[in-house]
Amino acid sequence: MLTATLALGILSALFGLLLGYSAIRFKVEGDPIVEQIDALLPQTQCGQCGFPGCRPYAEAIAAGEADINQCPPGGDSGIQALAELLGVDPKPLNAEHGVPQEKRVAVIDEQTCIGCTLCIQACPVDAIVGAAKQMHTVVAEECTGCDLCVPPCPVDCITMVPVKQDIVTWKWPYPESDTRPIVIARQA
Amino acid sequence: MRRLMVSILEQPLKIPGGLSLASNKAQSLREPLRQAPIPERLIVPLSQHIGEAAEALVGVGDKVLKGQVIARSLNYISAPVHAPTSGTVTDIGEYPVPHPSGLKGVCIVIHADGHDTSAATGLAMDNVFAADAADIRQRVREAGIVGLGGAGFPTAVKLNPGPQRQVELLVINAAECEPYISCDEALICCCTQDVIDGVRIMQHALGATQVVIGIEDNMPRAIECLRDGLARAGSHDIRIVPVPTTYPAGGEKQLIYALTGEEVPSQGLPADLGIVCHNVGTAAAIARALLRGEPLISRVVTVTGAGVRNPCNLEVRIGTPMAEIIEAAGGYTDQVSRLLMGGPMMGISMPSDRVPVIKTTNCLLIASREEAPPPLPASACIRCGQCTDVCPARLLPQQLYWHAHAREFDKIQDYSLFDCIECGCCAQVCPCHIPLVQYYRFAKTEIWDQERQRQKADLARQRHEFRLERLEKEKKALEERRAHARKGLEKRPKAGDADAKKAEIAAALERVKAKKASQDAAARNIDQLTPEQQARIAEVDARRSGDGTAGR
Amino acid sequence: MDFPTQSSPYLPVANNLSRLMTQVMLGLIPGALAMFWFFGWGVLFNLTIATLSAVTAEAAMLTARRRPVKATLLDGSAVLTGLLLGLALPPLAPWWMPVLGAGFAIVFAKQLYGGLGYNPFNPAMVGFVVLIISFPLQMTLWPPPLGMHTGATLGFVDTLQMVFGGTVPAGTGLDSLTMATPLDAAKTQLGLDYTWSEILARPLFGHVGGYGWEWINLAYLLGGLWLWRKRAIHWQIPGGMLSALFVVALLFYIADSDAFGSPLLHLFSGATMLGAFFIATDPVSAATTPRGRFYYGAGIGTLMYVIRTWGGYPEGLAFAVLLMNMAAPTIDYYTQPRVFGHEEQ
Ligand code: SF4
Ligand code: SF4
Ligand code: SF4
Repeated sequence: MLTATLALGILSALFGLLLGYSAIRFKVEGDPIVEQIDALLPQTQCGQCGFPGCRPYAEAIAAGEADINQCPPGGDSGIQALAELLGVDPKPLNAEHGVPQEKRVAVIDEQTCIGCTLCIQACPVDAIVGAAKQMHTVVAEECTGCDLCVPPCPVDCITMVPVKQDIVTWKWPYPESDTRPIVIARQA
Repeated sequence: MRRLMVSILEQPLKIPGGLSLASNKAQSLREPLRQAPIPERLIVPLSQHIGEAAEALVGVGDKVLKGQVIARSLNYISAPVHAPTSGTVTDIGEYPVPHPSGLKGVCIVIHADGHDTSAATGLAMDNVFAADAADIRQRVREAGIVGLGGAGFPTAVKLNPGPQRQVELLVINAAECEPYISCDEALICCCTQDVIDGVRIMQHALGATQVVIGIEDNMPRAIECLRDGLARAGSHDIRIVPVPTTYPAGGEKQLIYALTGEEVPSQGLPADLGIVCHNVGTAAAIARALLRGEPLISRVVTVTGAGVRNPCNLEVRIGTPMAEIIEAAGGYTDQVSRLLMGGPMMGISMPSDRVPVIKTTNCLLIASREEAPPPLPASACIRCGQCTDVCPARLLPQQLYWHAHAREFDKIQDYSLFDCIECGCCAQVCPCHIPLVQYYRFAKTEIWDQERQRQKADLARQRHEFRLERLEKEKKALEERRAHARKGLEKRPKAGDADAKKAEIAAALERVKAKKASQDAAARNIDQLTPEQQARIAEVDARRSGDGTAGR
Repeated sequence: MDFPTQSSPYLPVANNLSRLMTQVMLGLIPGALAMFWFFGWGVLFNLTIATLSAVTAEAAMLTARRRPVKATLLDGSAVLTGLLLGLALPPLAPWWMPVLGAGFAIVFAKQLYGGLGYNPFNPAMVGFVVLIISFPLQMTLWPPPLGMHTGATLGFVDTLQMVFGGTVPAGTGLDSLTMATPLDAAKTQLGLDYTWSEILARPLFGHVGGYGWEWINLAYLLGGLWLWRKRAIHWQIPGGMLSALFVVALLFYIADSDAFGSPLLHLFSGATMLGAFFIATDPVSAATTPRGRFYYGAGIGTLMYVIRTWGGYPEGLAFAVLLMNMAAPTIDYYTQPRVFGHEEQ
């Protein structure tokens, strides 16, 4: 009996060493934590989190001043990624900050635009081109869909339109299946 | 440059994994290859292959001739599109295209005039075998030729291995490993000379020292045709190697492995080994373009399955709606239940038969319920490892599935997801009926999407940081100006000296007036405009002066 | 005309779970028959009771979890768990033991983890271990493997009474009805300082293994080889397990043939072959890479020897399997095959 216990003890010690070794061996040296958090945020710069942009929010999370569930554009997958990075439990999105929406871009109705430049001043990523008294246009590739240009427009000529899926951006759907394990298995 | 030593093995190897499947090719090979009728209306998609879509060069109402370029390629990895027959362009717009998404793509619609009048393409060369490789490549590009075997990679790109690489071996892929598909075999038997000419042109353009045609050993007729053809042409240096019939021995990497024993590096190209691989159909297309001046406007399509009356091989114009081809093959039988483009292992199922044939359509499989039954309900993976046994890429499909199922996209890449060729062997043997390939496709497209998002986020971050910097600078500049102005103000006479101030205001007003006058005179370049345009400008001006002030 | 769409491949699939499970059950037949021959009716009772309980427990759990009951039962995995447990239990065990073991196996080791495919441990072995820890005495109720041909095995009615009523047939005692298994006896007697040659001289032992047991193991071996031919199992797990057991036993046997049993004895006694071909090969809880499967099997073989030789229990299979179940994910991680086109790591 004693020998068996001993043998098993040695065995488990071996596995433990192996795991420990691999943890050290495969550990990745990372950027400072703020950078890492910032890299996971969607960079919409919409301010829905309550901070003036993604980076300030990242700094606040790093400083422990903000929770990880305040970014609606990042959605559940964003929260999941943050939780994994920070080693905390994921939680549902805080609805106070908004709900996730499908991807959208701003479109300026050029017939109505009066060239007031107010939207240009609002856009966090300089995605609107145009000068005073000229018609403005949104560069769709650069627009993050943050909505910030919509309220300042005096003639309400900016609308947010959903990004259409095309053949290049189309994604295969997740296969339907009823093989999901019940919750207890996920913890096991 | 690495030292190359590829050689063709005496005895072709068996590929790792794979399945032996019933070939089901005989039914479509009963009749020889024939022409399908040219339909009244052709729908030609602008994007028919990997790479950027082409840009339309014609407009609605234009008359086009057969072989005329109707859309040009915009960048390197792209191919132009030609009018499949003569007629009139009746629409340029979004139509359903053959794609698993069932989404629409931009197409040029041509109404045939029935004359099939050819345009002068200027593609033919007098002495191809003395021509410069770059010239050949250019013409192959202009002929719109893409790989006709599968993904449709622009052929000109694959004929250009780059200056650092020396091509030793040209592999011609005639191993049509997927069941039902017989278009290559039909083509080889009917146009042997074109195939051989094309192979020799490619050999010349690549400067390849060795050429081998890899073909499955269950295609004896095609092997015989090629042997005879090569003997007649006196091309004794071109070898024909029958490889053991296994699915997917016709995959590019698999065929190269079977013939040479070399493994194409992951994420690499055959050219890294000094090998270039082209499909037989592509070879024939090159011969037709460079010898006879015909761009790629038609291809051989196998029309088969229990759902069609007369399975056969047809030469079809690109852009022909699938329904017309099925009509040309005798129409549907009442067993029809599914329409697949490509074979039963890697094909994509079409939501309707209104989509057109494109350059990469090698087969239309009109399957009955027995041939392609509806998917069985899946149960959880039991890790039986049968998928591992058959995976030609030596992956662990069960682990890939596990992580795709859990949406763990980092971990799935640890298991080399992107080495999966989506051959479907794993899903075919899985006792749990898990749609494994769909899981992998799901994961791949998700990862690509994340990558796009990440790039977009990086761009947004950069632009945002740039903007913050700019604002900071502007603020500083403003403060400086203010400080400067304040200093100037202090130097000036104190308030009360009204005259001086008045003079200053007057001077400022004068400046504004002058500026305005010059703007009115010079900035408006409206003399040559039509009356309507002038009226519109006036309207906009009026609107601006009206609402504009309110907004500010 | 419009058509339904789906991801490739499209060909009809021949393989399915119940086919796989049925093959394994067919492979069990020679071994089960041999056991029936040598131990009598108790074997059949065990099989029936364990299978019925396993199926009932599965049905109940599926209903509770609102899963399709009929389709899942038809996959045969619950039946197989019951059969394996039934074959591992002593033939004269009271009826509630297979009930308890199979129930525990299905409810706790399988369904609570999410059902087939999500269980990290081999359910049958979990059931077995629970029983052997909780009821060590009842787990020794092995009758002597006399064989039907001697007419000395307990009759149907006697067995029935013993299993369900706990009553020993008149004129006999529990002691005369049961007998220590060869491995058990060997361990006890080695503890009493007998040498192996003395022990082997007893009628308990046959040509190479325990008397009767060697035939049973041979029958399981045949069934297992058939399974391998049918590609229902891979060779690596039984191969790894048997060769490790053989090699380790051989080393010790060479070192001191008086204190350690011969390699053949180990291969042809106890549950070696049943374990190697039918229990360790349970794919869900085993390692799944080709190389990993071999190491996994070898681990079981080695642990089995260790437990048989120095452990507190005569047969180490169940513990060995469960221990290696724990190691399976790690083994898989470190034994990934070289992917096509990748450099050798
Ligand atoms: S254009 Fe509008 S919606 Fe788009 S990024 Fe700029 S402010 Fe946001
Ligand atoms: S074949 Fe299916 S059940 Fe078996 S390991 Fe692969 S995915 Fe799992
Ligand atoms: S589809 Fe991918 S994982 Fe499956 S067998 Fe083919 S290459 Fe392997």
